[in-house]
Amino acid sequence: MTPAISVRDVAVSYNGLPVLNGINLEIRRGETMVLLGGSGSGKSTLLRQIIGLERPQSGHVLVNGVDLANSSPGELKKVRRSIGVAFQNAALFNSMSVEDNVALPLHEHTQLAESTIRLMTWMKLAVVGLGGSGKLSPRELSGGMKKRAAVARALSLDPEILVFDEPSAGLDPIVAAELDELILGLKRAFNMTVVVVTHEMASAFRIADRMAMLYKGSLIAVGTKEELQNSSHPRIRQFLDRVPDPIAGASGIDEYFRRYLEGGSL
Amino acid sequence: MIASAIERVGGATLRYVEYVGGLAIQLKASIAALTRTLPLIGNRNRWKSAIQQMLAIGVDAFPMVGIMAVCAGFILAMQGASELRRFGAMQFVVDLVTIGFTRELGPLLTAIAVSGRSGSAFSAEIGSMVVTEEIDALKTMALDPVEFVLAPKFLAALLALPCLTIISNACGILAGGVFMRFSTDMAFSIYLSDVAHSMVLRDVVTGLVKSVAFATIIVQVGCLEGFRVRGGPDAVGRSATAAVVKSTFLVILADVGFTAIFYLTGAK
Repeated sequence: MTPAISVRDVAVSYNGLPVLNGINLEIRRGETMVLLGGSGSGKSTLLRQIIGLERPQSGHVLVNGVDLANSSPGELKKVRRSIGVAFQNAALFNSMSVEDNVALPLHEHTQLAESTIRLMTWMKLAVVGLGGSGKLSPRELSGGMKKRAAVARALSLDPEILVFDEPSAGLDPIVAAELDELILGLKRAFNMTVVVVTHEMASAFRIADRMAMLYKGSLIAVGTKEELQNSSHPRIRQFLDRVPDPIAGASGIDEYFRRYLEGGSL
Repeated sequence: MIASAIERVGGATLRYVEYVGGLAIQLKASIAALTRTLPLIGNRNRWKSAIQQMLAIGVDAFPMVGIMAVCAGFILAMQGASELRRFGAMQFVVDLVTIGFTRELGPLLTAIAVSGRSGSAFSAEIGSMVVTEEIDALKTMALDPVEFVLAPKFLAALLALPCLTIISNACGILAGGVFMRFSTDMAFSIYLSDVAHSMVLRDVVTGLVKSVAFATIIVQVGCLEGFRVRGGPDAVGRSATAAVVKSTFLVILADVGFTAIFYLTGAK
């Protein structure tokens, strides 16, 4: 069976600085893949490649067999309609009500009657537990509610692939856990392929079928959560055991103060 | 040292060329998207959005444009009268105000007012959407940000600016009439008849052509500055300032070009 997403030798650099170094990754249909990594590891860049917001500078990203690097605008549009994305900051349009946000893709991409769109919108909001909040403005929602509204909008076109960018970021542990349960519930109910970018380990181990770990733009491990849990790779162990890096340039700070106190040039 | 100077000049030239290229690409995309914004043949939601933009760009700007035009009308009439009076040629104040407004001041003042009000607003709105990932969200929903965000503003400005220019012309000319009434006891009906006599259709049309070009500059620069925002809220503020400065500069530059063309083509 064709994988839902296939990343082949993808390399990206910004202003000459490499951000992704030849990434190879396959995400199977119906699985929940968690992309793990510290800040600056390249996981958000990889996500932007997967959802077609950027085209790879080298290599290929195939979504449902369509190569995004060589796709026509029509093909890219079709691929994008098959992916629902819940952004880190929800990215709801403040000029619209919550239900209008969720209804937007239906208004734009379907010829459904207004009453049908309203019903479908309410159903999507009800799935994420916001059935009674449709008339509110996004400004009136709490952080957790905003994220759930973003999930409802991501679900509005019944996507085959659902993508979450840092779903737990900025949420308290209880709301973050509720969101984890929502992701698990959605996957069970709709059997979608789910891709989650996070650095929250508890959340990752709760929802993942498989995990991929990025470090400085390279994929250092792909496996089940048990495989990662038992890995002896020093970087994975460091990440899982929350061991800090020695503070970069600590000796440089000592040197700075030494020179400063000696009155020399800095 | 010379190499470094050449490098700096080359770098700056490349940035300007890249900016102009960006404007050209965006303009092409927005002209293509414009057809999908029109009523009946386009997308109903875009037309609704365009009407909202027309209210924001046009109706809401009416008091400001009107007051600016009245003030400029008084200034032009008073400055003209102070010199023309010495030659006993006060009647030419009417020609000065009428021709000055229809050819030049009407479209230019309107463009500067709209650039300050709406150009910065376009940039800030789109810049905020970039920062909060709303533009990315549109793309992932298979919606074209140029069609969804820019095209309604473009259509609205293309319709609103000529209307505001006509209002500006009318306000400026009426202010000239009020001045003439109180300074020379010229009856308002005579003033209006003189205005009709000195007003030439060609001047009015060239003014409106200019206003369409100015609308294009204001929308394209404002939106491009917004789309190019990178970073946080401070970048949004900088983009709004850049939008006003660049669009005002380009409006005046375009005005010079248009005036030169009309002068050369109109010369007998």
